[in-house]
Amino acid sequence: MQIEIKNGRVIDPKNGVDRSISLFVVDGKVAGLGEAPTGFVAEKTIDAAGCVVCPGLIDLGARLNSIEAELAAAVAGGVTSVVVPPDADPPLDEPELADRLVHRGTEIGKARILPLGALTLGLKGERLAELVGLKKAGCVAFSQANAPMVDTEALLRAMEYATTFGFAVWLQPQDYWLSRNGIAHEGEVASRLGLAGIPVAAETIAIATIVQLVRDTGCRVHLTRLSSAPGVALVKAARDEGLPVSCDVGVHHLLLTENDIGFFNPHARFCPPLRAQNDRLALSTAAASGLAAICSDHTPVAADDKLLPFGEAKAGATGLEVLLPLTLKWAESLKLSLPEALARITSAPADVLGLSSGQLAVDAAADICIFDPEATWQLTPEALKSRGKNSPWTGYMMIGKVKTTLVGGRVVYQA
Amino acid sequence: MHNPQLNKDGELTHLLSIEGLPQRILTQILDTAESFMEVSARDVKKVPLLRGKSVFNLFFENSTRTRTTFEIAAKRLSADVINLDINKSSASKGETLLDTIDNLVAMHANLFVVRHASSGAPYLIAEHLQRIGRDDVHVVNAGDGRHAHPTQGLLDMYTIRHYKKDFTQLRVAIVGDILHSRVARSDIHALTTLGVPEVRAIGPETLLPKHLDKLGVHVFHDMNEGLKDVDVIIMLRLQNERMNGALLPSAGEYFRHYGLTPQKLALARPDAIVMHPGPMNRGVEIHSAVADGSQAVILPQVTFGIAVRMAVMSIVAGN
Repeated sequence: MQIEIKNGRVIDPKNGVDRSISLFVVDGKVAGLGEAPTGFVAEKTIDAAGCVVCPGLIDLGARLNSIEAELAAAVAGGVTSVVVPPDADPPLDEPELADRLVHRGTEIGKARILPLGALTLGLKGERLAELVGLKKAGCVAFSQANAPMVDTEALLRAMEYATTFGFAVWLQPQDYWLSRNGIAHEGEVASRLGLAGIPVAAETIAIATIVQLVRDTGCRVHLTRLSSAPGVALVKAARDEGLPVSCDVGVHHLLLTENDIGFFNPHARFCPPLRAQNDRLALSTAAASGLAAICSDHTPVAADDKLLPFGEAKAGATGLEVLLPLTLKWAESLKLSLPEALARITSAPADVLGLSSGQLAVDAAADICIFDPEATWQLTPEALKSRGKNSPWTGYMMIGKVKTTLVGGRVVYQA
Repeated sequence: MHNPQLNKDGELTHLLSIEGLPQRILTQILDTAESFMEVSARDVKKVPLLRGKSVFNLFFENSTRTRTTFEIAAKRLSADVINLDINKSSASKGETLLDTIDNLVAMHANLFVVRHASSGAPYLIAEHLQRIGRDDVHVVNAGDGRHAHPTQGLLDMYTIRHYKKDFTQLRVAIVGDILHSRVARSDIHALTTLGVPEVRAIGPETLLPKHLDKLGVHVFHDMNEGLKDVDVIIMLRLQNERMNGALLPSAGEYFRHYGLTPQKLALARPDAIVMHPGPMNRGVEIHSAVADGSQAVILPQVTFGIAVRMAVMSIVAGN
């Protein structure tokens, strides 16, 4: 199949491309920018007038509770690859489960699935899962999702074992003991509303422990969903030291704070919790400077699990279809350019994964997102393809609308 | 942000928290309560303000005292009162909080008095009633988690006004487990709204919430220092389970440092009053000589509580 995407503004942050040119796709790959490759005859032409043509988004964290609906939501949001944490039911701790998930994803044929294997059996934090087998079945790295390790020794051994095979370990830095009873950031709002607090130290203690073990083992570690300014500072120091540590931040944490809990709004309950304004600003700076990639942390929650008092409601928000508009909103508030903004959700996550995707160089897989950066749409339950209608933005206008998404040169979404 | 307690005319339609209520409404409630004090002294202790209305006492958490005072208050307003102890009924069958509410609304409930272990539960109910278009059904928070216990806060204000007349010259100390106390939070908001210039919180660091200063409170760890020259002392109940974790070593050590003894009381102003929301733990937070002494106004608080709850219910649900 030969496709010409014409009249669009092609932005490829990785390769510094930002030009109004045609993009040519041949046999599932990018075959040319601006100039058609020899012998090109367009079998299909996509008119991208008024639109941005960029690499498909890579989401470093999306839970796929109902896989068909969520993969459809992904491509509707311009996301062409999703990293899936292992905290499904059952946890992704056996090669057969990973194999089945990858296979199911291929069968559905929308966004690519990049599973994270469970680091330990049942995510219990005790006995290692078969990491090599999981890797062969398609797992890109290993994680405990939000589940704790039983003790520091178990964490050390897991990191040593992963390092043996060169596997990366993804960890949510949250001290179990300091966070187990908490439901909100230990700050002014939690004190006022009488919500049990999770102190910032829950994050910094975990990061300090992990960083020390990285120093000792050389393990490649990715820290997921940072939430605090001191947490960002610790990761920056580890990076400056040259340690193989990276991090990401959920897009909601770039825009919301503890104050958005308002009168106990369960849609403002997140894990880790939304913290104070200075924390939000530090996360924002980390993302803008390239220290942190941005992800959706897509967590579909059934309506009944949100219609509960704040402390009983499940944490998380729908994210796949708002990752792009919310990232654009964040970038707009910082006056970042479009290429800078798009880098955070395309090439930066690809770097975390060590993949060559997230770019539009010749011969790269034609995973492409075409979106109108000016188009607005209202976030309503009906507007979302995801089964997860849970969002603190319900009723708000979103700016930036995906028109067409291609995965491997196939059109998988058309608005 | 829309305050769900007030209707579009700025009148009280639910009582969920003291926070965010203007002084005018607090004063209105206290004045109304004062007018009801006389009703409780009559032979026929009834006024017809809620005649024909159904008040549901929805207690998702056990409480005999608060529920009883709400029941008496509703009956003195001539309402029909239905007590539901949810611990023993629907919740254990898996019915959600809002399903329970929908069912009771279908039974023509007019007012819900809600006690719940989760902070914010009464807000969820009030927002749900608004969503289903039932602005004729009202909610009074009878204590939610650690968040608020607004009628207790109001009866405390009634008590202070009764004995001290004027809020604007007072020093008030709240002593004990402020972290877990919904009473303390409601008292703090009420005191600052009514113009008390100095509100003090006294307790060990483990029982004080962070950022109390942002609520306009001065924090003291030393009770001898904190009680100096105060006009009002509000003692808080210390739950026994606080001794199980690492919050406190023992009831004995707590009493030595934060128990109100006659010696410590002598540091306050000679006409200081001693309050307690009850039930008291004698020998843990308060010495019997103080609890039964001439400065204690703990039993009058209970009497005032009925008038205050009558006032709140008649204001939110009356015609």
